[in-house]
Amino acid sequence: MPGLGTSFGRGGATTFLQDLSNADCILIEGSNMAEAHPVGFQWVMEAKRRGATVIHVDPRFTRTSAVADLHVPIRAGSDIAFLGGLVNQVLSNDLDFREYVVAYTNAANIIEDDFRDTEDLDGLFSGFDPETGQYDPDSWSYVPDSRRDVEDEERRDQAYSGGSSHGESHQAARSESHGSGGAPVKWKGRRDETLQDPSCVFQILKRHFARYTPEVVQEVCGIEPDQLRRVAEALTSNSGRERTSAFCYAVGWTQHSVGAQMIRTASILQLLLGNIGRPGGGIMALRGHASIQGSTDIPTLFNILPGYLPMPNAKQHQSLDEWVRDDEGKAGFWGNIRSYAVSLLKSYWGDAATPDNDFCFDYLPRITGDHSTYSTVLAMIEGRCKGYFLVGENPAVGSSNGKMQRLGMAALDWLVVRDLQMIESATFWKDGPEIETGELVTEEIGTEVFFLPAATHVEKAGSFTQTQRMLQWRDKAVEPPGDCRSDLQFYYELGTRIRQKLAGSTDEMDRPLLDLAWDYPLDDGGDPDPEAVLREINGTGPDGEVLSAYTQLKPDGSTSCGCWIYCGVYADDVNQARRRKPHWEQDQVAAEWGWVWPANRRILYNRASAAPDGTPWSERKRYVWWDAEADDGKGRWTGADVPDFVPDRAPDFVPEEGAQGPDAIGGQDPFIMQTDGKAWLFAPLGLADGPMPTHYEPAESPVRNPLYGQQNNPTRKRMEVPQNPLNPSWSDVFPYVFTTYRLTEHHTAGGMSRTLPYLAELQPEPFCEVSPRLAAERGLENGGWATIVTGRTAIEARVLVTRRLRSLRLGDRFVEQVGLPYHWGPNGITTGDSANDLVNLTLDPNVYIQDKVGTCDIRPGRRPRGSALTEYVAEYRRRAAMDVQREET
Amino acid sequence: MGLVEFLGWPLVRQVTGRDRLGRGHAAMSRRSETLEPRTVQADRVVDSVCPFCAVGCAQKVFVKDGEVTQIEGSPASPISRGRLCPKGSASKQLVTSPTRVTKVRYRRPFATEWEDLDLDTAVDMIADRVIKTRKEFWEWEADSRRTRRTLGIASLGGATLDNEENYLMKKLYTAMGAIQIENQARI
Ligand code: SF4
Repeated sequence: MPGLGTSFGRGGATTFLQDLSNADCILIEGSNMAEAHPVGFQWVMEAKRRGATVIHVDPRFTRTSAVADLHVPIRAGSDIAFLGGLVNQVLSNDLDFREYVVAYTNAANIIEDDFRDTEDLDGLFSGFDPETGQYDPDSWSYVPDSRRDVEDEERRDQAYSGGSSHGESHQAARSESHGSGGAPVKWKGRRDETLQDPSCVFQILKRHFARYTPEVVQEVCGIEPDQLRRVAEALTSNSGRERTSAFCYAVGWTQHSVGAQMIRTASILQLLLGNIGRPGGGIMALRGHASIQGSTDIPTLFNILPGYLPMPNAKQHQSLDEWVRDDEGKAGFWGNIRSYAVSLLKSYWGDAATPDNDFCFDYLPRITGDHSTYSTVLAMIEGRCKGYFLVGENPAVGSSNGKMQRLGMAALDWLVVRDLQMIESATFWKDGPEIETGELVTEEIGTEVFFLPAATHVEKAGSFTQTQRMLQWRDKAVEPPGDCRSDLQFYYELGTRIRQKLAGSTDEMDRPLLDLAWDYPLDDGGDPDPEAVLREINGTGPDGEVLSAYTQLKPDGSTSCGCWIYCGVYADDVNQARRRKPHWEQDQVAAEWGWVWPANRRILYNRASAAPDGTPWSERKRYVWWDAEADDGKGRWTGADVPDFVPDRAPDFVPEEGAQGPDAIGGQDPFIMQTDGKAWLFAPLGLADGPMPTHYEPAESPVRNPLYGQQNNPTRKRMEVPQNPLNPSWSDVFPYVFTTYRLTEHHTAGGMSRTLPYLAELQPEPFCEVSPRLAAERGLENGGWATIVTGRTAIEARVLVTRRLRSLRLGDRFVEQVGLPYHWGPNGITTGDSANDLVNLTLDPNVYIQDKVGTCDIRPGRRPRGSALTEYVAEYRRRAAMDVQREET
Repeated sequence: MGLVEFLGWPLVRQVTGRDRLGRGHAAMSRRSETLEPRTVQADRVVDSVCPFCAVGCAQKVFVKDGEVTQIEGSPASPISRGRLCPKGSASKQLVTSPTRVTKVRYRRPFATEWEDLDLDTAVDMIADRVIKTRKEFWEWEADSRRTRRTLGIASLGGATLDNEENYLMKKLYTAMGAIQIENQARI
């Protein structure tokens, strides 16, 4: 996640679940952890048993709130205002952990004179281009320290042919490439460690957040000033040398048009409190699926390659040099990007990749902007994309605005669906909602559909990377039945056949396929050996020997490595992800269970668990420290975890002039993936929507932004197409807020849970949660039916009237919220309407993830059937004047 | 019914005997004393990981005669310490679900029903489709900058894919020149 990546240098949870038990205070927001991550939640309960304060901030009172010390109800989508209010409490009362802040963050950095804040420009930062809806981040830059900084940069630039390409780093979801390597600032920059300079980050931050007073927070979030103060008091009294606080979040933060900035606000707060890199501290990103973390580390994502290397962009990257130049040679380990990139090319194209041909750099296809899933669906609807693979994914139910997904699939030439069950995305042509309404007619849909049954998790071996960056290996228990195969087998086979069919082709476009390194050892059944693939991911040296750390990777083509951050997972030719030493034979860190990237470090940035001089901040929070006596007095970092630092770099080490890469990391720079070694309170680069978080309203909102004239995130990615009508904000036609969420007993789009008899029995029917006040206002009866309407469609669900959903008072009015679990669809053992069909597509400009909140109407009774449904929704759109294009500010 | 038989009833034993909660001796019968859990009868126990959420609870998969008979939490895991939530506990049914599909299904363009298709033929047909669409939508340049790609083919993967699977997918797609390769991680 770029929210974490641009703050700390890596986009993964900074800590591990068990370590939550060491926290003195835990704030859970944007997550119903007890419900969605129930077994992980035991560590929160352990902390509570040891006396920690547990706070839950959420629109609903849930299973998590029930065991928290404090539940703070909040209007969905207003989290930046609340967290901003906490930042303001800390800054305006001097409650930050000053020594930590000065030494380990960029608080002291001086920012360019021409930088203008949202305070000056009514909700915009300097550099905004209204034409493109994008920022030029030049004015957010660090001021250079001296001529030396500038000369160094000029020297670096001259090493390459052509001009500088700086400044593009924020575009085309480039920020996701900060999953393991921070954005490349030009220089470490001038610092004022007294924090008094009005242009230093600390002072800018203070002014920026001054507006987020308890009264404003109440107006935006519906949270009473007293509650805000109680949370601030709990956090600040449980942070500092002796104590630490932890944060947990999930998709309640990521799925917003300002999602990355919500995470940024939490990062800023945790940095000010000195809680990153320390036991019982950190930010626990709770991923929703077995291997979400793995699917970004080794991505099937359009904008990155394994290890967060950016996909080359046609505008800037036409050679290996151009591809790596922004980052190469910068301070920190990301400065060695050329070694990682060349090693990846070697693992893709083996012997064909040589220094003479730029290691086959040209074989990489280039991106030219946004090719994310939602844009691709639009391309399908418009006939620009014709073939589609769905691999264990059910967008007809799981993606927002399901109708667009189904219309897209109906316009394809061919569709391959690989799944365990007959999911809605495979049957949309037969029984999808649009067939019922007559918007699509089966006999007119030309899509050829292949349904290929898949193997379950026990019918194949392989690794998942779970929420704390840990790879855990599964052994194969049984053979898959019938035609079921693993996806590994399918893709291996598909690649092999394509290569056979193209063999002998002299067409240049086929070279990358024909030169591909595609030899994998097969087992008796003809399946590729997954351990051989993991070994390739780990990487090998000149003689084919396995490598043990990414520091061994070379830029000259002598090493190959499929994902540099996973280098070490196969160290000593042993599958380290398969380690299963029971926890009773280890300490709490449990370093011999599974394998964690990077380098099996469990708490990231743990150099910061020691004071600048290398001694623990306190006895109570001792974790990693400098042992000056070790190695015959040369000294070494040591402690409970693998130090996330250069092992023998003394705390007082100052890099030499002109030092590059890891050599440029100072002894007091714990954020070794950042190009300046510091954590970022202020992001001079790397984010599309500003250097500091700012509260904007969701694209659909019943309220005006009380903070600025700017209503929405100015850089949000809009989808202005007829299939994605947006409800106007402040509309009486759609007066309520809805938000979607999960239940323990089901799993996302339901393909793996609505089809299991046990789970279907536990949660047999979709429902919506409403407050007693809203129920009275609309005549909704507990246990009866309700129809929920947006400009996209209307769905029906059973009504649950409950005080768990609060009516929130904002100023002189109430805002009502409708809660909707989103697991259902027309297929399976338990069926129902899909809540995601209600959701609009407006995307976060950093990651292109959609808003999961929106506005709606709710009425008693079931929804209309057949074509009456489309007519019913069209009538709503007419009443809200939605067919007239609106230009909102 | 004889008195002896009546006195042997679990409920009677519970009210008259020491085991008032009915959780021990009172609940046992001659039959239940000979019962043993499925887990004891397994031929093999295999280490696995729950495929639902990202907590990553460790599982023990019990196998008898080539069939999965039970899945339990593994006590050894430092993260989950033997626990599973309802989803993890139900995961055996991913394998045994009555509605699971185990045969290839094929829908011809404009058809109203599924047809059978041989797996080998299906994979071959898909390879042909990839080659054709790739060529049809091939692009060497956009705005006179080299792109070397195809915009005709897209992919969306779930986040229950193994790392090894994601790796091969991205590797193959990249070599094909397909770039619209996405994942649940964005959704
Ligand atoms: S058992 Fe439950 S908590 Fe554990 S990984 Fe599975 S879904 Fe998550």
